[in-house]
Amino acid sequence: MLTVSAVAEKLGLKVVVRGDLSEIVSGCYISDLLSDVMAHSKDHELWVTLQTHPNIVAVAVIKGVSALILTNGRNPEPETIRKAEAEKVTIMISPETTFELAGLLYTMIKDSQPPQAGLS
Amino acid sequence: MPESCSMEGSFHLMGGDFTNAGSASSALKAKLINSGVAQSIVRRAAIAAFEAEMNVIIHAVAGTLHYLITAEALTITVTDMGPGIEDVKLAMQEGYSTAPDWVREMGWGAGMGLPNISKHSDLFKLDTVVGEGTTLEIFFHLKERNADS
Repeated sequence: MLTVSAVAEKLGLKVVVRGDLSEIVSGCYISDLLSDVMAHSKDHELWVTLQTHPNIVAVAVIKGVSALILTNGRNPEPETIRKAEAEKVTIMISPETTFELAGLLYTMIKDSQPPQAGLS
Repeated sequence: MPESCSMEGSFHLMGGDFTNAGSASSALKAKLINSGVAQSIVRRAAIAAFEAEMNVIIHAVAGTLHYLITAEALTITVTDMGPGIEDVKLAMQEGYSTAPDWVREMGWGAGMGLPNISKHSDLFKLDTVVGEGTTLEIFFHLKERNADS
């Protein structure tokens, strides 16, 4: 099973807030609309977004995402970091664009799953 | 939870308090887990509660989120002192929102709040008076928890 630490290591992501890096990664959801993430992301998925404000931590907690990845090298706001530390939500930064990162994640997650299961 | 037991409580919500947005819903989620409510119901209830909480923070001056857990059902009641909803039919339409631009830039105000609450609950009642406020009652059957967990 793919873990957050494996994703961080393979993609060279900068870990800004260290939650549980042994958390399993079952998939990924990409959106900057918070209600969309609430409606459609699933447990243990990574969430890729450009949003950096503290509400992303609240959504991550409610949805049980395995980790947050901010793209384009965006830094979380100080309050976001504080909340993520309190809630033990992992936040990582990628210098890539969302498109580039999505491609890398897609291959990595697909390769980690049994052939018949595919991406959910 | 034993048949005769019930548990209730409430959280105060402050309009415009984006920093603490989601804290009432997160606390409720933890209480539901501790009460032994099935994971599938906790998941749906947390989404509905968070959307209702955000509606108060985005649109109202203040409000409360009250919960009542009995053996049969979970009821979440969110009452606010807010502008009320002028056109409920429009507000229930996915994509329609009256949220200001700066709220939309945060990724809220996509017009998915009330549709998300409706979609994730078993029953949902909305009472609103323009200029006074809105009350949402959101129900979840707990008896079915073995069937859909």
